[in-house]
Parts: sequence; C-alpha cells; structure tokens
Amino acid sequence: MSIYRHIVVLAALLLFCAISVASPDAQRQAKLEHLLVQDCGACHGLHMTGGLGPELTRTALAGKSRDSLIATVTHGRPGTAMPGWAPLLGPDDIGWLVDLLLQGYPAP
Amino acid sequence: MIRSTVLAAAIGVLLSGCTQTPLRGTGDLGVVVERATGSVQIIESDTRTALSRIEGLGDLSHASVVYSRDQRYAYVFGRDGGLSKIDLLTQRIDHRVIQGGNAIGGAISQDGKLIAVSNYVPGGVKVFDARTLEQVADIPATPLADGSKRSRTVGLVDAPGQRFVFSLFDTGEIWVADFSQGNTPEITRYPGIGQQPYDALITPDGRYYMAGLFGEDGMAQLDLWHPERGVKRVLGDYGRGQEKLPVYKMPHLEGWAVADNQAFVPAVGRHQVLVMDARTWKQTAAIPVAGQPVFVTSRPDGRQLWVNFAYPDNDKVQVIDTETHQVVADLRPGPGVLHMEFTSRGDQLWLSVRDGDEVQVWDPYSLKPLSTLPATAPSGIFFSSRAQKMGY
Repeated sequence: MSIYRHIVVLAALLLFCAISVASPDAQRQAKLEHLLVQDCGACHGLHMTGGLGPELTRTALAGKSRDSLIATVTHGRPGTAMPGWAPLLGPDDIGWLVDLLLQGYPAP
Repeated sequence: MIRSTVLAAAIGVLLSGCTQTPLRGTGDLGVVVERATGSVQIIESDTRTALSRIEGLGDLSHASVVYSRDQRYAYVFGRDGGLSKIDLLTQRIDHRVIQGGNAIGGAISQDGKLIAVSNYVPGGVKVFDARTLEQVADIPATPLADGSKRSRTVGLVDAPGQRFVFSLFDTGEIWVADFSQGNTPEITRYPGIGQQPYDALITPDGRYYMAGLFGEDGMAQLDLWHPERGVKRVLGDYGRGQEKLPVYKMPHLEGWAVADNQAFVPAVGRHQVLVMDARTWKQTAAIPVAGQPVFVTSRPDGRQLWVNFAYPDNDKVQVIDTETHQVVADLRPGPGVLHMEFTSRGDQLWLSVRDGDEVQVWDPYSLKPLSTLPATAPSGIFFSSRAQKMGY
C-alpha cells in the first residue's frame, strides 16, 4: 500500500517535471504568443498570412515536420531573412511556438 | 401653407446646424495606426490630443500612410491589400478598396493625382486614381524562375518627373515607372542590382534612390539625374558583413537622416548607426548603440538623431549628436517603441509605445516627455506635413 503510494507520488512528480520542462508556464506562454504576433508577425503577418516571410497558417504548414520547423526557428534559414532565435528563446519556448502554429494560429 | 413654413423653418434650423462646424485646416493633423485593431486615430499636434478613431481598415500590420497635397486626405496602406482614403475633416472613410492580397506600402505621385501600391501578392505595383481609387495601371513584377508567382516588390517611392521607383525583392531589380506621358507608364528596368533589396529610400532632393540589400553587402544606388548611367553599388561596407548576425527586425530606410553632409543609417544586425559621407557615399564612422537599430530619425534641424531598436531592446530610444557622434540621452519610453515622428519644424517628437498602449509626445530639445495619449497597440505615426515631402 505504502509502496503504491510512493510510486504514485513519484510518478506525479515525474509527470510534473516532464510538463514543466516541455511546456513554458502560463506567463511565459502569454509572452511567447505576444512575440509570435508582434515580432514574428512583422515579417509573417499579424495573422500569419505571410509578408516578407512565408505564410505560417495551419494550411501552409500542413505536411511539414515538427523537427524541421523547430530547426528553422532555432537556427534560422541561411540565405533568407529568417534569423535563428536560439540566442533569445529556449528549446521549450521554440517547441511550444511550433506546436501552436501546427495547431493553427490564430485559432480558428 | 403653415405646414410648409414650419418645414422651411425646420430645414433652415437644420442647415444652420450643419454650417456651425467651425472652419479649420488639416496641416496640424496626423494619424496614428493601431495595427492590431485595424483602426487609426486622427491626432492634432498643437493640442496634443486625439480627435477621433476610425475603424474598419483591415489588417494594419506594417501599415503606412501618405497624404493628398491639400493635406486633407490620408491614404492608408494595409497589409491585407486594403487601400483606404480617410477624410481628416469629416473624420470618415471616403473610399476604400481591396487592391491586392498582401501589400507593403505605397506612394503618391508628384502631381498628387496617382496612388501607387507595392504588393507582395500578387507581386507588382498597382496604380490608382487618387480621387476615386479606381485602378489606372497595373505593373506586374518579374515572374520567378519556377513560374509559381511574381517577385515581391518593396521600397516604392515617388520621384520627380511623375515617376515611381521600386525594387523587386526576389529577382534583384530596380524599376522606374514614368507616368509623365499619361496613365500607360514607360517602365525602365535595372536587373542584377544585388540580392534581396528589402527596403529603399529616396534622398530628400529626389535625386538618389538607394536600396538596402539583405542578401549581400552594399546598397544599390540609382542617380535619377542620370538614369542612363545605371545602378551602382555604393556603401560597400553597408550590410551584415562576414559574420552574418541574426536580424530580428529589418531596419527601415525611410526617414534616412542626412545632416551636415553626413548620412546616418541603421546597421543591419549590428548594434551600430553607420555614418556615411553624403558626397562620396563612403562610410566614415560607426556609432555604437544599445541594440539593432530600426529607425534613425533626424530632428528637422539635423542636430540630433533619435534611434529605436529591434526586439529585445525595443523599450529603448537613444539620442545622438550628429556633430560629435556621441549618445547624448538614453531614454526608456516603454515596451515596444515602434516608430517616431517629428512635427515638420521639430518642436515635438511623437513616438508609439506598442506594448504600453500609448503614444508619447516629447520635447526633442529638453528631452522631456510632454504628454501621453492612450492608443491600442500603436505602430506608425504620420503627420499630414508629409504631403509636401518627396519620398513620403
């Protein structure tokens, strides 16, 4: 009984750690969403419909792999105006932003 | 009989009510773009107040504004291809058209009769009657090699001689569209001017058109006094250099400051304002600043420059002395300073603080804030005095 309880607590702790590593907290998410709209939006459009940078709507990103999108945001794209964001954003931030775009942003 | 007398009296009262609106000019007015809400505020610089808000202007990310020569109408260019003509006197939208799918600014012709809009989609420039916004010319850009679309156009300006000049981002060209002979323009194309021209400016005298290149160093310069000499590469040091630093916001070349025969331009990716000799177009100095500069705006008397920065330094503004090249003030107006605009004689400097949801008015001599006006995520600020300046 007590062993089970320990396992449950341990599992809960692990889950908590996994979540906190994989996903920025609510305050950080709000900052990242703001960054997406205002700063990414400067090139990609406030509604992600494109500009100097390509369109980033859910339709436009359909079929693109999460890993390649993360690599683009992290390292930029040589030969284009897309900068690498690694100096300013952590891997969790970038993963969260890419997932947000893959889900469709702005939300339909 | 009695009824018609009463009616006539009523109409008379109504009419006199209409004519009681006091007469006024528009030379002291401007607009502030509220980009997220698709609205603009009409502002008055003398009283430092907002007169009204106009809504329904679409996607105003990266919006810009030009003015009719009588300074009554503001033409607002939206990202979504919307072109809106706003009457500053009646504070209403006079005309509005969706002229393209994805647009990036526009210009008004020397005679004030034509409005040109630069489009990403469909790539090219469209030209409209300034009065009615009816299309009078379409100038599709060069198709890309794969034939899927046309080059995006950037850096559209008006030039003397009823011309528009613009650059083709994807195909590396400068085009001159001459409307002096009517609404079928004569197009002169300058190919191979360099990789990825991303913005351009025209010097205040309307002589030199200069395009900044993102894909390589230097600027492409066309001398409009001598278009037959073609496009030259100048300012060889201008650009990202050997070490390609990430650029988090493209610097703007509009409002390029020229003072005391020196030109001051935002460096690309570097924390520097570059100084050029405006006769030889060679770099003479680099001024270290607080971040990647976006706008380098000269006080109209040319003695000081105001500089704002890309994320993550966009809460700062620095003021530079053009004579000594020293930073004379480090200001912290607030989060997300996007744009700065001087009144035409330079007694006020207006700046937009996007994330603070306000517009601030500064005294550019005492370097003290004068007023604050609420605005929703404000971006560009444009005074109607732009009507009288080439390249605006």
